[in-house]
Amino acid sequence: MRIRAQIGKVLNLDKCIGCHTCSVTCKNVWTSRDGVEYAWFNNVETKPGIGYPKDWENQKRWNGGWTRTGGGKLHPKQGAKWRILANIFGNPDMPEIDDYYEPFDFDYDHLKSAPEMDHFPTAQARSKITGERMDKIVWGPNWEEILGGEFAKRSQDYNFEGIQKEIYGEYENTFMMYLPRLCEHCLNPTCSASCPSGAIYKREEDGIVLIDQEKCRGWRMCISGCPYKKIYYNWESGKSEKCTFCYPRIESGNPTVCSETCVGRIRYLGVILYDADRIAEAASAPDEKDLYQAQLDIFLDPNDPGVQKQALADGVPADWIEAAKRSPVWKMAMDWKIAFPLHPEYRTLPMVWYVPPLSPIQNAAEAGQIGHDGQMPDVRSLRIPVRYLANMLTAGDDAPVISALERMLAMRAYMRSKTVDGVIDEGIAARVGMSGRMIEDMYKIMAIADYEDRFVIPTSHRETKEEAMDIRGGCGFTDGNGCSTGISEGSLFGGKKKRKFKLPEAS
Amino acid sequence: MFVNFDINFIIFGIMPYVALTVFLVGSIARYERDPFTWKSSSSQLLRRKQLILGSILFHVGIITVFFGHLIGLFTPVWVLDALGIPYGLKQWMAVLIGGPAGIAALVGSTMLLYRRLADPRIRINSSFADIAIMALIWLQLAIGLLTITQTLQHMDGSEMVRFMTWSQSVVSWNINAWVTVVDVHWLYKLHIFLGLIITMVFPFTRLVHIWSGFAAPFRYLLTRPGYQIVRSRRRTPLPRTPAE
Repeated sequence: MRIRAQIGKVLNLDKCIGCHTCSVTCKNVWTSRDGVEYAWFNNVETKPGIGYPKDWENQKRWNGGWTRTGGGKLHPKQGAKWRILANIFGNPDMPEIDDYYEPFDFDYDHLKSAPEMDHFPTAQARSKITGERMDKIVWGPNWEEILGGEFAKRSQDYNFEGIQKEIYGEYENTFMMYLPRLCEHCLNPTCSASCPSGAIYKREEDGIVLIDQEKCRGWRMCISGCPYKKIYYNWESGKSEKCTFCYPRIESGNPTVCSETCVGRIRYLGVILYDADRIAEAASAPDEKDLYQAQLDIFLDPNDPGVQKQALADGVPADWIEAAKRSPVWKMAMDWKIAFPLHPEYRTLPMVWYVPPLSPIQNAAEAGQIGHDGQMPDVRSLRIPVRYLANMLTAGDDAPVISALERMLAMRAYMRSKTVDGVIDEGIAARVGMSGRMIEDMYKIMAIADYEDRFVIPTSHRETKEEAMDIRGGCGFTDGNGCSTGISEGSLFGGKKKRKFKLPEAS
Repeated sequence: MFVNFDINFIIFGIMPYVALTVFLVGSIARYERDPFTWKSSSSQLLRRKQLILGSILFHVGIITVFFGHLIGLFTPVWVLDALGIPYGLKQWMAVLIGGPAGIAALVGSTMLLYRRLADPRIRINSSFADIAIMALIWLQLAIGLLTITQTLQHMDGSEMVRFMTWSQSVVSWNINAWVTVVDVHWLYKLHIFLGLIITMVFPFTRLVHIWSGFAAPFRYLLTRPGYQIVRSRRRTPLPRTPAE
């Protein structure tokens, strides 16, 4: 056993209102630069839909994630090492920028600088790649927002696997949910496995997966390797970039920007202890449906004295073990079993988990019954098909998703009974295998969701590894080459190209 | 020395040392001082069309040609003699392997050059160096293929031995190396000259990715037993886990 700690994350989809605050604050901090205008380290998709980039979940098309050989070994689905090297000249599995969208901006200046004309001046769209006018924008960062576009296209969604999807195109049966997505900071990331340069690594102390910008050579195998398509090629710098889990914030005990700014309070950050020696074993479980359980099995209970002892011996700081005991991620994933990994079948052992959303009850008559006698509606009558959620979160296994949804309904029934009727009904809790105390704890964390309960982030202990005196007065986060941005005007080694877009005259 | 001044001496006697020095010192300086700029500069994301086919043809062709030149020029003549390989046979091999590879590389580079110039997305995001190096390589490939017309006129391998002697003399610090290639056809001379120019601009262009390209298989296949990489701040890292 080798114990490592990771700052894990849970997103409570039941409370996501799709406001995109996470995406926008993330973009303002990390990707408001040339070459990554099209990249959203965090984006929010409306499901059902094909997502961003198009059809990303369909690994028959993109070959992301891992594949298990007959002998039980894993190799990236896009190919084992030799195959990846052979594709280095042209990557057949990599999306083109149009699969994300052609980045654009509007010619706002024209509104005030246009000469006198017969018609009112307009702000036309211009490509951020070529600077040319775009007559028609055919795809954008969130094209399917709130079920935009026709059902025929959106229903290409991979999560409809095994579902008679036609009826969900009908107005009465339609459903939707939001899916905020970011890098999963996997235990078994395919991006890093696919990198011939060895530039992508997982940090031992907090599990954050990063790209060494000085070692990245732009071979772009990580882009196709990642099944979540959360690695982006910066076409200006020629390097790959990804979500950094806001590591400078995490190191100082602050939540990531997306989590901090989430107005719905849906994001949770906390420590998970896991057995690093069993990553390979868990990721290669023979049946895809066992992967969720296999990942739970390598998480270690921070309240177990044996685990605590071993964690200390393996170098996990004592305050991290204390934080792990209070971790909201542990509670949701392990104690209450209401959070699930996104697409465990990719075998990456993702560490950003999701609480499935409840949805309105299809049958109005049945809806009227809820809460009166503590009777719970059948979760199969919820508007979002259980199978759809299971395809997304448990490789198609309905049972864990049903149990989670029932527990969330039970929490509502129990609390309604308590606060409205003044009756503490342990029976409701017992029906879903919980106790009233657990439900009240769940209510505190999930419904009230105080800042201190959502974010239990111990600070990093760089002070034990670094000489603070040496880095005092340093420049903090930079883009390589010491304190410079890595880009100097007129460098012999090819500085940043000056992009001069000439905006055409008004016509 | 100045009495006997000869441009051939400058190009074939002096320039190789200048080129190799710039190449090595420049590469090391860039790797050390500006690793963030060290990259392949792939444009596949912006336009996939023509890239996959063009790039594979070009790279497979030019890597074959590169190793052909390396082995062909730097195998000592006495090794050929010891193995009993006739010079003519070696020259035929060079033509038969290098010819098709060169054509593949030329076709590929034509596609890549066309794409770089004609596709507005790629054009506007190309630096001067990106276009210039592509054009230089295209020209070099074309000239290299044209020299085959000369080569076919003397299949005894005598000209080839001259180039072998020249290359080997250059790397063994023989100051009179240039004399061996003074009276070869101007196409060959132009080919060598352009080759030296490309060597010289190498560290200042995207060509530096060639170093990494040759290093990648060793790094990826040999020095990384598993797939995963974990970075630790420990002074002495723990042994690898089964996933690494």
